[in-house]
Amino acid sequence: MESVGSIILYCVVALSMIVFSVLAVTTRKILRAATYLLFTLFAAAVMYFMLDYEFLGAVQIAVYAGGIVVLFVFSILLTSRPGDNSERLTSKSKVLGFLGALSMLGVSGWALLSRCANFSSLPAMKYLTMSDLGTALMGTGENQYLLPFEAVSVLLLACIIGGVVIARKR
Amino acid sequence: MEFTAIYYLIPALIMFCCGVYGFITRKNMIAMLISLELMLNAVDINFVVFNRFLFPEAMEGMFFTLFAIAIAAAETALAIAIIINIFRSNKSVDVRTLNEMKF
Repeated sequence: MESVGSIILYCVVALSMIVFSVLAVTTRKILRAATYLLFTLFAAAVMYFMLDYEFLGAVQIAVYAGGIVVLFVFSILLTSRPGDNSERLTSKSKVLGFLGALSMLGVSGWALLSRCANFSSLPAMKYLTMSDLGTALMGTGENQYLLPFEAVSVLLLACIIGGVVIARKR
Repeated sequence: MEFTAIYYLIPALIMFCCGVYGFITRKNMIAMLISLELMLNAVDINFVVFNRFLFPEAMEGMFFTLFAIAIAAAETALAIAIIINIFRSNKSVDVRTLNEMKF
């Protein structure tokens, strides 16, 4: 049995996640879409906190809310005048979008409700300390992730070089 | 009322479908990128939820999400660099005007 506080927290988080993600794809002002995306990302971070992955929630807030949304806002301000509305959708693209999204929702929702509805409630988990995470990230043994860690660092280096090469003035 | 996995999976599914809808209907490239971020986040939530509910003693799903966040950040930075470069040469970020490389 959950406490009243966690039920209220869950309702707020789930509702804001749904409402803000719908708003982010339907609003006609692009800067508002970026703001709604920020709220959706915060809701996802709170969901990570509710599932006891504190480190992941902190990473989500730091990387997405701190990095990616700022990048989005800067690029929006560089490429469009504030106050611009995107033009109204034609009914054809609207119908296509609804068809794609609703068929996706139907198929996946049916699969989820028929297969995953009988999972147990939240099982107990060992509290993850920072040293657990560090040894898992920095080792080469079983269930340790040094190789993907190094691969990501090389990828980020390539991304930095690629960004400089693409965006510089010729 | 007990929170089972389905309580977390359904909002993530709706978020993913919003991403699909936005990716199909949007014409501005940055708005399409925002829809892409929504889809990526929904998938990340799914990894974490299945990890937490089915294998609470393992950390695979959590680390997959960690690396996915890092790669998504890199991908977004590069995509925005490309979009700004396109805007510089084309004076617009509308996908319908970008058909010069098609033929």
